[in-house]
Amino acid sequence: MHELSIALSMMEQIEQESAKHRGTVRAVQVRIGALAGVDCDALRFAWEIARAGTPFAETELEIDQVPLMVRCPQCGETREAEMFAIACPRCVTPEQEILMGQELELRSMEMET
Amino acid sequence: MTPRLIEVRANILKENDVLARQLRQRFKRAGVCVVSFVSSPGSGKTTFLEKLMGRMAARHRIAALVGDLATENDAARLRRACPQVRQITTGTACHLDAKMVAAALEGWVLEELDYLFIENVGNLVCPSSYDLGEQMRVVLLSATEGEDKPLKYPTIFNTADVAMITKMDLAVAAEFDLEAARRSILTVRPGMRIVEVSAKTGAGMAETVAMVEGLRVRAQAGC
Ligand SMILES: [Zn+2]
Repeated sequence: MHELSIALSMMEQIEQESAKHRGTVRAVQVRIGALAGVDCDALRFAWEIARAGTPFAETELEIDQVPLMVRCPQCGETREAEMFAIACPRCVTPEQEILMGQELELRSMEMET
Repeated sequence: MTPRLIEVRANILKENDVLARQLRQRFKRAGVCVVSFVSSPGSGKTTFLEKLMGRMAARHRIAALVGDLATENDAARLRRACPQVRQITTGTACHLDAKMVAAALEGWVLEELDYLFIENVGNLVCPSSYDLGEQMRVVLLSATEGEDKPLKYPTIFNTADVAMITKMDLAVAAEFDLEAARRSILTVRPGMRIVEVSAKTGAGMAETVAMVEGLRVRAQAGC
């Protein structure tokens, strides 16, 4: 499971970003796309392990799961797609443009002084 | 005090992405074509690579990096095909990242290479998030695995450029439904190039060599 590596990368990033501001980080908000290849439960679990004994031991992880959104280049239809059924149901064009769903993003931090 | 919300909006694996981008530029400047291979454990990746390198070694300068968990030693097998092979022991990590690749290249003169092959750790999940700076990523699925595997691992098929179906010599014995496998791949990744190979019989190997050589020619032409 690479969620621990991801949690550790997140921690480093939070360390760098929070050093630019005063106060402690109460919570962090991350966006995880359906197609990011990350298991959100595993990430929550990994975060518990990663934060223990660090200055972020109390920092809550808030995950915003982003659905896979695609646009059909043929008919222009924009819709939410299942990961394993991407083709356009309207005009059966197989190749779709991915608009959203690959995010693996540290969106924001909630800080208090 | 009321908490303040501070926007960050950064990719969590930004550091890896930045490093991978630098690697990609370095490979391009040096004129070395880099292809990485990912698969489940036991998909025949090492045997396939050994055969591919064996076919290419006479005409090209080749090197390989092999990501291994501590217990395996695929690097020794690849050395039979070409001497420039380095092992990256990932320890508990189930994937390679750009930093490991950069460290493993230490001391090699990239300008003296035509091709660098990177064999990732046998895993279809974890490698998908880590860009290694490769020019082409190949995902391997063997005829002894389930035809629906691509449906279970859509992310890796979405980050790879080519899908390769290996161990085709075992397809009949394993009652492998090639059409169903192709359908699964094309469902998660419409338009994906699929190559069927057998390292044992050599089927599809010439096509693979041509594909890899074509990649380098295109890179030199600046496309
Ligand atoms: Zn359509």
